[in-house]
Amino acid sequence: MRFFRSRLSPPILLLMPAFVIIALVVALPLLFSLYTSFTGYRLVQPASLWQWVGWRNYQRLLTDVDFWWAFGRTLVFLTIALNLELVLGLGIALLIDKLTAGQRIIRTIMMFPMMFSPILVGFQFKYIFNDNVGLVNNAIQSLGWSDVTIPWLVNPVTANLAILMAEVWMSTPIFAILLLAGLMAMPRDPIEAAKVDGCNPWQVFRHITLPYLMPFVYIAMAIRSLDVARAYDMVKIMTNGGPAGRTELLWTLIARTGYQDARMGMANAMSYASILLSVYFTVYFFRKLAAARRTMGGVA
Amino acid sequence: MAEVKLQKLVKKYGNVGVVHGIDLTIAHNEFVVLVGPSGCGKSTTLRMIAGLEDISGGTISIGDRVVNDLPPRSRNISMVFQNYALYPHMTVKENLGFSLKIAKQDEATIEKRVAEAAEILGLTPLLARTPGELSGGQRQRVAMGRAIVRHPDVFLFDEPLSNLDAKLRGQMRVEIKKLHQKVKTTIVYVTHDQVEAMTLADRIVIMKDGHIEQVGTPAEVFEQPKNTFVATFIGSPPMNLLDATTATEGGRKVAKLADGVTLALPAAAADKVSDGQAITVGFRAEAFSPVGYGLTGDSEVAAIERTVTLPEPLGTETLLYTELGGKEVQGKMLNPRPVQPGEQLTFNLDLSRLHVFDKASGKSVLV
Ligand SMILES: Nc1ncnc2c1ncn2[C@@H]1O[C@H](COP(=O)(O)OP(=O)(O)O)[C@@H](O)[C@H]1O
Ligand SMILES: [Mg+2]
Repeated sequence: MRFFRSRLSPPILLLMPAFVIIALVVALPLLFSLYTSFTGYRLVQPASLWQWVGWRNYQRLLTDVDFWWAFGRTLVFLTIALNLELVLGLGIALLIDKLTAGQRIIRTIMMFPMMFSPILVGFQFKYIFNDNVGLVNNAIQSLGWSDVTIPWLVNPVTANLAILMAEVWMSTPIFAILLLAGLMAMPRDPIEAAKVDGCNPWQVFRHITLPYLMPFVYIAMAIRSLDVARAYDMVKIMTNGGPAGRTELLWTLIARTGYQDARMGMANAMSYASILLSVYFTVYFFRKLAAARRTMGGVA
Repeated sequence: MAEVKLQKLVKKYGNVGVVHGIDLTIAHNEFVVLVGPSGCGKSTTLRMIAGLEDISGGTISIGDRVVNDLPPRSRNISMVFQNYALYPHMTVKENLGFSLKIAKQDEATIEKRVAEAAEILGLTPLLARTPGELSGGQRQRVAMGRAIVRHPDVFLFDEPLSNLDAKLRGQMRVEIKKLHQKVKTTIVYVTHDQVEAMTLADRIVIMKDGHIEQVGTPAEVFEQPKNTFVATFIGSPPMNLLDATTATEGGRKVAKLADGVTLALPAAAADKVSDGQAITVGFRAEAFSPVGYGLTGDSEVAAIERTVTLPEPLGTETLLYTELGGKEVQGKMLNPRPVQPGEQLTFNLDLSRLHVFDKASGKSVLV
């Protein structure tokens, strides 16, 4: 063993492989992309990788209307989607928790949307909202409510709503399942104590159940704010950012800038600007989670 | 005025009856303890009074209202749960004030009542803490405080002390007793511990398998148990019970034990039994003492010489295990001297304190 003897302490030595791998697959690419955001790197001109432009990409971003529209739209989209998913997920969890029979099977069925690839969900909803052969228009016309063909995915407002709907359909189960886990782990005693203390069912929910569930809400929010970029697939498939960029979210805009327009330096600058958003949300929810766990006395 | 009245109260889970039509009237400001072995339906009964369980039959009234179909919040009761059931996300102060806040009391009233309750229970220094930062005994006190701030008509306690260690349990028992003296209110208290029942209750309700076996003051259930179940459940050590047959000897009714010993029955029991009847005679360890170490007074005694198989010294008294009527019995030696196993002693059995039960039904012939 003398051969391997090293001046490094065993813990550091043992962690070394992990460090090396993380450095290779995470840290280096990250640094590289950060570097490219300060260059005029174009995918089709490898030499441009060495063309240092300083803060120019970022300066342009500040005045780029399309970017800020996408930024704002993403923010609104996320806010609406996450809150809607939370409310629906909570409702579903509360209903399933009340079930006395068939709970297992419903629980399993409820998770189906999570098992689909977002691309498939995108195709599915694109079909549902298709103006000629789509399910929705077909239903409206068969029921005789209207015989106009509504161009769901072409009208900017309805297109955004359609995307929102697909997103909510796919991700509500994450909230439902996590909140259901919380409900099932919840002790009965405080609820009964609250009933005796004079609470009606709504007050029990408001003052006891909901505070107890908050850590689970934050866990779900934190998870969702990490994987929310999956919405890229659906936008890409359903509208590809159109019509006229009206459904463009940050992720589609960045991908378009980087790969279609081949302006990789610019795309990376956009990524770093928008990553702040992601980091902010994640940190925020983790903070909330830690605080909630403290006050719940470690029960969650 | 909050009298609690249970009439023909029944609880069934599916087809399984758990409480079989019990009748009980609890007077205003009375401290009643429901006691019985685990699973006999005490908690179920209490939870039906609270409104946490639906009732399958009968009526419950609190004051002059029938509350059968009222939700817990409309019954003006408070309950202390076995596991405290504090709200983990609220401070002690918020826990105490919660019911008042829900009742939309103004801040000043809440502040005042919480301070009062905290003072009574010694919680004032802990008001800012959360339940997670309290010891078991402190949590128990918060649970009690939460119950008393409301000034309810009835307090319900479900085994509130069973999660505490023996020493703390003793202390809290005293505190609950004092609390009742301070805040005169009707209390229904559930426990499986007969010592708690004896020390706390104005009246004890002894339950078994969903039936009430006996209701009475601690002295009554101790001295005049209605049946062998109550006789063995109340009192420590449990009453000695021996099978016997009645006969008439020398003009007196006697009980003949399995080993031939005859015991003259007390006059009150004599005319309630017929010759040859199978009975169970019972006596407490206090009524069976070595000569000179216990029995005083001039009631009639039977002198019985026995070998001590095991002495169990408890300080001010020693329990003596020996044999009578073919069974192991316990006697009590007051102001004891050291006793060795195998020692021969003459015991006096106080015949006036014999209990006589019909063997078949287990019912006392005396009450
Ligand atoms: N939800 C329930 N479903 C079926 N049986 C129950 C339920 N709750 C209690 N029981 C049964 O009722 C009986 C009385 O229970 P309980 O009142 O809790 O007894 P204890 O006197 O120990 O408090 C027990 O045999 C118990 O198994
Ligand atoms: Mg119980």
